[in-house]
Parts: sequence; structure tokens; C-alpha cells
Amino acid sequence: MKTQINVRINGQERTDEVEPRLLLIHYLREVIGLKGPHIGCETSICGACTVALNGKTVKSCALLAVQADGQDIVTVEGLATDGQLHPVQEAFWNEHGLQCGFCTPGMLMTTRELIERNPQPTDEEIRHGLEGNLCRCTGYQHIVNAVKSAAAKVGG
Amino acid sequence: MIPQEFNYSRPGTVQEAVDLLADNDAKVLAGGMSLIPLMKLRLSAPEHLVDLGRIPDLTRITENGGCLHLGALLTHHQVATSALVQEKCPLIAETAAHIGDAQVRNMGTLGGSAAHADPAADYPAALCALEAKVRLVRRNSERLVDIGDFFVDALTTDVEPDEIITELILPVEEAGTGVSYQKLRQPASGFAIVGVAARVRISGGKIAMARVGVTGLGATAYRATGVEALLEGSEGSQDDVAKASAAVDEGVDALSDLHASSDYRRHVARVFTARAIQAAL
Amino acid sequence: METTVTKKTERLIGKPIRRREDPRLITGTATYVEDIELPGMHYAAVVRSPYPAADIKGIDTRAAEQHPGVVAVYTGKDIDHLGAVPCGISLPDLRIPHHHLLAQDRVYYVGHPVAVVVARDRYIAADAIDLVEVEYEPTASVSEPEEALEAGAPAVHAEWADNVAFTHHQAGGDIEKAFAEADVIVKERIVSQRLAPSAMEPRGTVASWNSGDETLTVYSSTQIPHILRTLMAGVLGLPEHKLRVIAPEVGGGFGSKCELYPEEALTAFIAMKIGKPVKWVLTRRDEFLATIHGRGHIDYYELAAKKDGTMLGLKVKIIQDVGSFHMLLTPAMPTLSVLMLPGLYRFKNVHADVVGVFTHRMATDLYRGAGRPEATHGIERMVEVLAAELKMDPVELRIKNFVPPSDFPYDTPMGVSYDSGNYAAILEKAVETVGYSQLREQQEEARRQGRLMGIGIATYGEICAFGPSPALPTGGWESATVKIEPSGQVTVMTGTSPHGQGTQTTFSQIAADELGVDIDDIVVAHGDTSTVQHGVGTFGSRNTSVGGTALVLAIRELKEKIETYGAMLLESDDVTYAAGVCTCNKTGKTVTLGEIAMTSWTGPTYPANTQPGLVATNYWEPPNFAFPFGAHIVVSEVDPDTGEVAIQRYLAVDDCGKVINPLLVDGQVHGGVAQGLGQALYEQVVYDDTGQLVTGEYMDYALPKAAMVPTIETDRTETPSPVNPLGVKGVGEAGTIAASPAVVNSVVDALSHLGVRHIDMPLTPEKIWKLVQQGGSA
Repeated sequence: MKTQINVRINGQERTDEVEPRLLLIHYLREVIGLKGPHIGCETSICGACTVALNGKTVKSCALLAVQADGQDIVTVEGLATDGQLHPVQEAFWNEHGLQCGFCTPGMLMTTRELIERNPQPTDEEIRHGLEGNLCRCTGYQHIVNAVKSAAAKVGG
Repeated sequence: MIPQEFNYSRPGTVQEAVDLLADNDAKVLAGGMSLIPLMKLRLSAPEHLVDLGRIPDLTRITENGGCLHLGALLTHHQVATSALVQEKCPLIAETAAHIGDAQVRNMGTLGGSAAHADPAADYPAALCALEAKVRLVRRNSERLVDIGDFFVDALTTDVEPDEIITELILPVEEAGTGVSYQKLRQPASGFAIVGVAARVRISGGKIAMARVGVTGLGATAYRATGVEALLEGSEGSQDDVAKASAAVDEGVDALSDLHASSDYRRHVARVFTARAIQAAL
Repeated sequence: METTVTKKTERLIGKPIRRREDPRLITGTATYVEDIELPGMHYAAVVRSPYPAADIKGIDTRAAEQHPGVVAVYTGKDIDHLGAVPCGISLPDLRIPHHHLLAQDRVYYVGHPVAVVVARDRYIAADAIDLVEVEYEPTASVSEPEEALEAGAPAVHAEWADNVAFTHHQAGGDIEKAFAEADVIVKERIVSQRLAPSAMEPRGTVASWNSGDETLTVYSSTQIPHILRTLMAGVLGLPEHKLRVIAPEVGGGFGSKCELYPEEALTAFIAMKIGKPVKWVLTRRDEFLATIHGRGHIDYYELAAKKDGTMLGLKVKIIQDVGSFHMLLTPAMPTLSVLMLPGLYRFKNVHADVVGVFTHRMATDLYRGAGRPEATHGIERMVEVLAAELKMDPVELRIKNFVPPSDFPYDTPMGVSYDSGNYAAILEKAVETVGYSQLREQQEEARRQGRLMGIGIATYGEICAFGPSPALPTGGWESATVKIEPSGQVTVMTGTSPHGQGTQTTFSQIAADELGVDIDDIVVAHGDTSTVQHGVGTFGSRNTSVGGTALVLAIRELKEKIETYGAMLLESDDVTYAAGVCTCNKTGKTVTLGEIAMTSWTGPTYPANTQPGLVATNYWEPPNFAFPFGAHIVVSEVDPDTGEVAIQRYLAVDDCGKVINPLLVDGQVHGGVAQGLGQALYEQVVYDDTGQLVTGEYMDYALPKAAMVPTIETDRTETPSPVNPLGVKGVGEAGTIAASPAVVNSVVDALSHLGVRHIDMPLTPEKIWKLVQQGGSA
């Protein structure tokens, strides 16, 4: 019944036996113990569960863990390297891009991909780029500011 | 919100996949963007999932005989950003960029969207306007289905339980063809309340070819042949476009839901048909 | 001894410093309820009614109980000895139906908890709820409050023949005379639709029972841990001192987590029953079904005025959709609206009648603004209706009727006293910033071109900083404990329970300034009833004004003690404490706060009549509410072909009193505006006419996404409140209160030349398109 999967998560190799129906979000949170990605809805709208699968953001509550077999996953816990915050994290902190913080791990992952794909996004491109992530606290203004700030930093 | 139990197979080839489907009462998993939420809500409870996610043949983009062959497992992001697709079949690339959000586009697939046949999905409008052909493969045979015969009803297609979609075949646009996809977004889901895909080619000051595909208005996406007939041969003036667009809902049993009544849907279908044609001209 | 306490003279109050909460939140290391894992933990899942009204003929739990991994299934009969879900409000004729934790012989709304399944993992629990077989016999239901009031409507509760949950009347002045003297009377029916508060973190609870010492620990996603403890002890029949409630990281609340919900108590009950920790977390679908909704008002307004625009009187009838049961503060929502009906205007005569109505729906209760957005939406719409009627400029009409600065404190006919303000100044600032007269010219030009451009103004006054204790069943005070640890670091414990507001930052700023120490030497703790002194909680824009004042007063008390110790160490009776050191005013000799703190805890000697230790606790009771105010201006354009509204400009000018951290104030305004704009344009909880919830997922409930919210410009004036020594008022709800009328006024303005006077929210494209089609005569 259970299936073996091998994944690389935040740089670490893992092998686990999982039920086919185990959702990737539950695998990350409950099997591995990475509590950063959150569950805010179940219809892949809110994006709180966003992680990077082979470098591309996906909503881990709409994926099965078995679909990630053999793949590389990065969660919010893997953003900072050597104790240094990722520029996206730093920008959200500086610009007050979060309040309750529940959507933040997903926002950070989406932002990282957004500025990779579009290093100098306009406000409108940022707002459209964040369509897969709901935030109920910030009204998005400081998030937009943070994305711009992170893009400027990463783009040099 | 957790799916019911199921068996899981992940074939490496199309042959393995169709064998699994022939031998089991199974459902196909592509990107899962439609199926997995339905399974979580327990509106779908397959006993066996055949995951097509690792079949290299299904993510190819090739040009052959004036057609673009798009593997069914290409993600919306791949379709939207492929330089070849953008050049040869810009309408499908433009439409792909309108679907869902960044994460959904990274995971959702062309074939998955077609097979799910959501009446509000974006792709079907473009597939209709492009007169796409769908290649369906089963254990010992395969067939090509015209898109007009493919969408049978809401959430229902011509695909048999033991078949998989391997590719969609789209025409390479001739020079001088303008295209556009215009949609009114349902604010919550991001799906189309109405979406209209248009292809128009002008020759000698007249519209020589017009194709219009519509999603969201009826139970299935369709080609608005009435609009096309009125456009072809006209000069494409604002008046011509308005007159032609008024025919978009002819014979369509318009949907009505929380987000838009059937009357409003008919009206915005005309508005967005005109906008798509104008943008394509 | 070395001390890590650094001297500091730079003041932090007023500085936009980045938040001290954020490092854990941006690295994924914060701990929300769902993140808590305890050894042997089990999972609970709730079986809910699919009917709005039905008799329960039988429940068969056998298949679920026999499902491998299931530990227990509980139904109504297992919990009928437990207390009811509490309602904390008293009104003279309030009807409070007994609200069991699980349905007994009837269900009253879709989503009503009927049974709860406990299993060793969440997947098994999810499977097992499908195995509980409930036999229902559906009965007639009523979903719309005005239908529920009609004669012959199905009675929601059999014990009462009609569906009136309560009535409330409040009036000031002479309303009959005002209406008799009026030149013009304008009337409108104004709806504030039901909304889903939609905290991104769904509600959840983890409970753990220690059978040895009979203590219960409950982690819950709550805004009110101390009150929850008192209420839960009552419901469970557990001595309160055996119960510890912890609000860990809480992912937003907006009022929806100011409750004791049935599931919170059930989770605790189950943990005690099975002797194992139990986790229960709502799915989003169940969050829509079974977390309180906000608003739910149908209001009938009549405004009487003179020809010159002088507003004389206001008559309002409020119909509040209660749902089937009261939650903690449900009946208070419309009574709060009543207090703010006059807005910023000098009405002498106001008359309000409220009727609360039972319907077969989930309860309504606190949601951001809680009664005040409804009142503000009403009066700010009516002022526009009057302006249209009199053909007056809405800015001029407002300024003519504002309470003038010279009248503060201003006693309103609704019996409250506005603390301070300059209403004309803030509107004039907004008008000038946005370029109002140029916008009117642009509007004329747009109309000539056939474009539909609108300018919307909304001013608001907000009653907040809750509040004097008579206004709240919980007590309206707040508490703070300040402790200087032996090594000199400072621990602040606040009785508030922030969940995104940034209170750890603002309170650190306040404490740093008051004590003159480095902000990094301060930690602000909250949310654990075992470690934090009793407190009230976080709602009603009260943290900084009430909790912050308790903090200031505790520090001031502590500073006297610091000086007493300083005097002893400096062997002087003339010392002053400032910026981390105590100085002898005669010799100039100093002793650091760290040295004083160590002495205070470890001796060896102590000043006469002074207890060891530097710790002080203060409970501050505010003498009045505070009344923030502001003016928001929206420029919008309507697409005549589709009815879509595009917000082209959003300017918010707010006065929340003294600002502690402008970055956080802006954040509160932005978030508030997005929620008010969400109500104006997108959001609505919809039950169909059979009582089924139609908007049960984010696929159908349109929570604003980034691309649906415009750039929000902010500015402010700063009028200190005389109510508290910090001079702060509050800003948590301001944006929400102002945004819905500002947006709606702009769209009505865009269509005003078509004869449109009012449009109910949400302003869906279809609704607007129809108005344009009909030339406004809808």
C-alpha cells in the first residue's frame, strides 16, 4: 500500500514510505516536521502552502507526496543560507510586508520566483504575479513594496 | 480535506500508461490542479490513479507539417513561455498566461485542462478557435478527435476511461494572422465568467479568415461560427465587429450562477468577442 | 557585575522601526496551533449538518467506531451535561437559546456540529466522519431576516413563536420635532451584507489533559486567552485554576476568534475523556460554515435636514441577522452601530430601533469594525443622498455639519462623548491632497466623453479603545507586568493577545522610551494564562490605548522603586533615574539599572519598607473610549460595457491620535482598507433560498487578491487623545470603517447623472451594468 519516495528537501536527501494519498503539505509538515508551509484552504487558491518543486513554485496542498518522488523541494525554511536571510525575507521584514505571518512563507516563495522570472517588475506585474497568494492582513501594499525592494536588491 | 485511499501507478511510457488503464478501473492524473482538489473535497474518489507526470514523450513541443504538436503534459507555464509556441501559435501561449496563477501554471497541464472540460476554463476557448485536434491513445489503437467533437458536456469529453490524451495538434499561424484572448475573470476562482479567443487574418482589405472560440457561456466551449461567417468577407470595421459579435450567443443555452446571470453572460460574451476581435485585428 | 543594558537616549516612539515579531515569521519557525505536536496526539473531526433545519431521528456511529484507528465518536447525548456556548451580553428582552456544543435533537444551520470523531491520525478521522450515519427529517427553514420577521415564518426556536432575538431602542433629542421642522427628508434602505472574516489561519485547538494533577492545557487560535479560560472552565465544569490556555502564534482573527466556539470546548472535553492530547483544526470549508460571519444588517434610514444643508435628525431601523444562536457578543453588534449612527455630525436628534432576528444560518458576531462599519456606511451614504437631493457639494455639506473643534469633548445624543478631533481639518487635508476641484473638472470632461468617473468621499468617526468596563461584559481594562530581571533585561507581559498587530514591537518601543533602555533588552510576552497576569485580550482597537497605558503606568510605578534602590546604593536621598542609570543629583555618581536590578533581587540589603525585586503590575481602566477619525477619497471609473469598477486612486487620511510606529499604522490602514474595499466590491456570504451556503470555498467567496486592491496612499493628522497618557486612539479598524462608503460613494457618484442614488454592496459588475443599462432607474 505504501510507496517509497526519495526527495531532496532544502538540500537534504530523504527516503520515506508514504500512503499514495498523502498530500505533499502533510508530508512536509508532519512526516518531515517542516512547519513553515501552511494550510489555509483546500482548493489551491490561498497559496499559504507554496513551496518550490524543482525550482518552480507549486501549491503543496494540491500535490501528492508521491508526485514529488525524485524531485528537489525548497520550503521557506530553506531560503536563508548560512544564517543569512534571503533578500526576499529581508525585504519583507524591512517593508513590513507581513502582519499575522500565516501567508508569509508562501508569499516569500512566490516572490522569489517572481523576481527570478522578472527582475524589474512593475507594480501591476507584481500584483498579478501574486494572484496565487492571499493575504488578509496587509492589503498587499507593503507586500508590493517588499517585492520591489527585493527585486532591486537582487538585481543589484 | 483529505482524499480517499487509492492505488497509485506512475508509468514511464505511454504504453505502460495505457496498459495500466486497460487493466484497471483507473483515472489519469496529470498536473492534478483540478483532480486533487476534487478528491480532497471527496467529489471524486478514484480507486486507482495513473500518474502521467514522468512520461517524457508527453512534454514535447514539435513542429510538423504546418502543425504544432503540444504534448499533453506541458504545463501552462511551459506553453506560455515557449519561444516556439509564442512564435508559431501565439494564441495558445497568450491563453496559457491567463490561466489561474503562477503556481497553478507551474503544475497544471494542457491535456489535464482539456480532459477536465471545466465550462469556465480558459484553454478550451483557444482550442476551439484553433480547431485543435486531440490525439487519444489506448492499448491497441489511437484516434484523432476534432475539438468540436471533443467537448461533450460540462466536465465531460469524448475521452474513454482507457484512453489518454497524448498531444494536441494546433495549426501554425499563417503570416498576417492576429490573435487575442480576452476574459472577464470570476473574481474568486480566476476562471472565466466568459472568455473569448479570436484569430483573424486580413487579406486585400477584407477579413479572409476568422475563428472565434468561447468559454464560460455555455456548458462547453464552442466555436462561434455565426460570428465567423459574419466577419469573413467584411472589412472588419467597428460596426462589422459589433454586428458579428452580437451573434456569439446564438443557439447557446447560457449558464447562470452566483457570479453572473445568463443575461449578463450573454452580454459580456458579446463585449468580449468584440474586444478579442478588435485586439486580433 | 557586567550588565548588558545599554544606555539610550534616542526616543523610539514615532519611529518606523521594523518588527521584532518578524524573524520567526519569515523563516517558518513560528508556532501556530496546527504546528503543535504532542506525544500520543489524536485528531478530532466534526460531522456537520447538511440541512439548515431538521430533526435528528437517529445517529448510527457503529461503522465509524469500528473503523481501524478510530478511538471514539461522540454525539449530543455524550455532552448534554456540559455547559452551553456562552453569550456574554445582557439586554432586557434578549432571548438566548441553549446552545449545546453538539446538536441534540435538532440542527439549526448548515454546518451545525452533530458528532465528533477521534482517531489516531487526521486521515483516518477524515474517513470516519463519512461513516457516521445521521438520519435527518428536514423541516421548513428561513434564511432571510426580513422573511423571518413575517407572520407565519417558520420559528427557528420552537420555544418562541416569532424569530425576534432581541430589540433595542435608543434615542436622544426630539426626533418628531426635528422631522417636523425639516425642509427635506431623504430615505434609503441600506444593506451591509454578511461577510466571512477569513483569517488566513483557520481556527484550531490542541488540548492536553494531565490526569495525575488533573490539569488541562489548551492551545487555541484565540484573541482572548484569559476570557476563553474562564468561559471554558465554566462549560467543562473544571476549576479555572486547573486550566491553562495558551494562544500561540495566531494567524489573524479580525474578531472571529473572540469566542468560545463549540469545537474548542469539545477538543478539551475529548482530551479529558481519552487521556491523550487531541488536535482539531478547521478546514476552510468548515471555516466558512461554522466560524462567525460579520455584518448582516438591513438598515432603514431617514435623514431630516434644512434646505441649507443643516442636518436635523436621523431615524434608523436596524434589522440584525443573528443566525440561529448568539455567540459571545452577537447582540452587541447593532448596539455598537447605534452609538456611532451620527458619525462626525452635530445631530441633536437621533432615534434608533434595533431588532435582532433568528435565521437558520451561522451566527453573526464581531468582524473588523463590528457595528461601526455598518453605521458609518449608513451615515456616509445618507450624507451623499442628501447632497444629491440638495444639489450641494458633498464636501461642503459635511464641513457644514461637522462637530467643530471647539466643542470637544462632545456629548452626542447617543450618550457617548467624543474625546478630541478636528474633522474639517482632516477632510480639507484629504481634499487638498487628492486635488478635489481638479478631479471634479476631470469628471465633467469624462462625462462629456461618455466615461463614467466618480469621486467618493467618506469621513468616519470610530469608537474604539474598548473601553470603560460598563461597555464590556469582560471588563474593559487591560493589564501589564514589567519585570527587570536580575541581569537587567526587561520582560513585559501584556494581557492583550496580539495576532498580527505588531504589539511586541510597539510595546517594546513604549517600554524602551519609558525605561530608557535599549529595545533589544526588552521582550514582550503574551497569550499564556499560566505566565501572564489576567488580561482581557485584543479586539476593538484597544491594545495600544488600553494595554499600552497599563504598560506605561506599570513602568512609572517601577521607576519609583528603581529610584528607591538607586538612592540606597548611591547613599543619597536625591536621585533621578533616566536612560538606564540612576544618578545622584548632588555628587553626579551613577548606578546602572543592571546593578540596581541585581541588588533588588539578590540583596544583601533592601531599602526600608521596600520589597525585593523590580516587578510591577498595573491594571488600567480607561475613563472613556477614544474616537479616531479620518477622511478617505476614492476615484473610480466604471466600464459601461461590463459594469466593472476600476479604482484609480485611493487616499486615506487618518487620525489615530499619537502614532507609536508609523510603519505599523500604515500597515493597519492598508489592511483595513482592503477589507472594506472587499466588502464594497467583492465579498458576500450567500445562502440560497433553501438555506445552503453557496460561498463555501475561496473558489466562490471573492477574497481580494493583490491585483484587486489598488495602490493605497496614506497620510494623517495627529490629534492626541486626552483619554490616556500616551495620547493614542487606535487604528486597527479605521480603514475598514472608511473604505466601504468611500468606494460605494465613488461608484454612485460615477452614475449619479443617471439618477443613481444608492447601490447595495457588493458592487458586482452585473449589478452596475444593469444600472447603466436602465439609465440608473433600478
